[in-house]
Amino acid sequence: MTDRSTHTHFSAPARVLHWLVAALVIAMLFIGMAMVSTVSAARPWLLASHKAIGVVILGLVLVRLVVRWRRPPPPLPADLPRWIRMAAAASHIALYALMLTLPLAGWAMLSAAGDPLWIAGGMHLPPLWPVDAGDYAALRHLHRWLAWLLALAFLAHLGAALWHALIRRDGVFAGMVRRGPRSGAVIKAPPGPAPGPSQGD
Amino acid sequence: MQAEPDHPPPRVRASTILRRGVVGIVPLLVAAAFGYAGGWLDPARLTPAVIVDDLQRNAGLQPGYRRNHAKGVCVVGHFDSTGAAARHSRAALFAPGRTPLVGRFAIGGGNPAAADGAGPVRSLALRLTQADGQQWRTGMNNMPVFPVSTPTAFRAQLLANRPDPATGKPDPAKQAAFFAAHPEAAVFRAWAKSTAPSRSYADQDYYGLNAFVFVDANGRRQPVRWRVVAEASPVDEPPEETLEQDLVARLRQGPLRWTLHVVFAAPGDPTADATRVWPADRPDIVAGEIVLTRVEAQDHGACRDLNFDPLVLPDGIQASDDPLLPARSAVYAVSHLRRTSEGTGAAQADRSHGHD
Repeated sequence: MTDRSTHTHFSAPARVLHWLVAALVIAMLFIGMAMVSTVSAARPWLLASHKAIGVVILGLVLVRLVVRWRRPPPPLPADLPRWIRMAAAASHIALYALMLTLPLAGWAMLSAAGDPLWIAGGMHLPPLWPVDAGDYAALRHLHRWLAWLLALAFLAHLGAALWHALIRRDGVFAGMVRRGPRSGAVIKAPPGPAPGPSQGD
Repeated sequence: MQAEPDHPPPRVRASTILRRGVVGIVPLLVAAAFGYAGGWLDPARLTPAVIVDDLQRNAGLQPGYRRNHAKGVCVVGHFDSTGAAARHSRAALFAPGRTPLVGRFAIGGGNPAAADGAGPVRSLALRLTQADGQQWRTGMNNMPVFPVSTPTAFRAQLLANRPDPATGKPDPAKQAAFFAAHPEAAVFRAWAKSTAPSRSYADQDYYGLNAFVFVDANGRRQPVRWRVVAEASPVDEPPEETLEQDLVARLRQGPLRWTLHVVFAAPGDPTADATRVWPADRPDIVAGEIVLTRVEAQDHGACRDLNFDPLVLPDGIQASDDPLLPARSAVYAVSHLRRTSEGTGAAQADRSHGHD
């Protein structure tokens, strides 16, 4: 059932991992925004959560890459314009790249600052970068800019998902929310685009 | 392109409009929520950047230097634990034995070229590194209390101390208004008035100011404060011209020593108010000895790139509910990022204080 041309839904592990990582990434964006802009008692707690969740996301994204490699995502509807398919491919590469590099940049940045790498729960990470103040500053700025890019990529992803779900109603969103047809069942072609003017170019 | 059919386009149904609206509005709402989390919708929020901006405004921008306690000197040494604190805190550094440390003496204020005698505040910051990699960072001052107990009051004091552009000095009326509105600052003020600026870092005691919590091996939590008490007598030898020269001269004679005292709160003692001391009869133990062996100029010493964030604590020491602690941590982080972004190379060398 891994034939790219026939399956319409993501596998159960892919779906569970997607929504879990989605929740964690959204939480991280909010935590990151909040923790750098407050002097309140929430800050130490947010900072500790941020580091711990970052490690979890890094691990989960690596698992997702394996899951994705073992069973590629269902194909996009054939009637999607070429540029949208390319944008979709590029945005998914960007999302994965950012989900991997952001935690690594955070880890490297704390290493460069000489901070102890004891994460909540007693986890002890090895340093990822030699101690150097200039490198710390560069990595800290990199971490911020990557976070902005991830926030933008996430908003674009959210908008595209809603467009598939509510405007086109083409089964792309359903493929990430619902279970696909049972193995062995006759696989129907994905439902066509919403009635209306053709998307043809 | 297809030619338009000559009948009117079908009416767009209300539900379609609603769905399009959702597609457009939901990402915008999420973006607005990000902004809310970041404080963009709340210009009055006290952010660490606001406090660092005020520090810079009061002292003038000094690229590469700490935004407060800008003038200082690095030291290196170790902590010899007696083991007396080990039954109160499970931190490895309180077990009998030696823990290496990096430290920094400084005077108050954001001007790295200030005269040593400009004010009475001196500070000692330490970073102790355990064998397991955990660290204890602490920034201590030579006064037993802090002027204010909240970040908001700290900002109010910064605003009151902002130099008047006309005179280059703070407006005494604003300062008087600050002290009138903040009677809790009276203890600090009395200390500052009665304390002559010391001519040596070595004869000062340094207080942790904020309360912390010790956690023992069984998880029992006890609120504590700590201080280091100088073993050097002030009359040992006449001080040199500057604090740094004095430190260099004394360390040439041999190590300098402070005993580390830990004081335990009684129930009801304030842990969230750095303007109030605890009664003098509280249990007080000597956890060990801080021994400083070497001095390094701050433009290239080991302390230069360190952020003495008081919330970098080993397992066995935790923050109390003192609101100044998260604020210090946040403000130090912004100061540290700004100065490390400005470069730490020879361009920032404090040449007037080079001594090697």
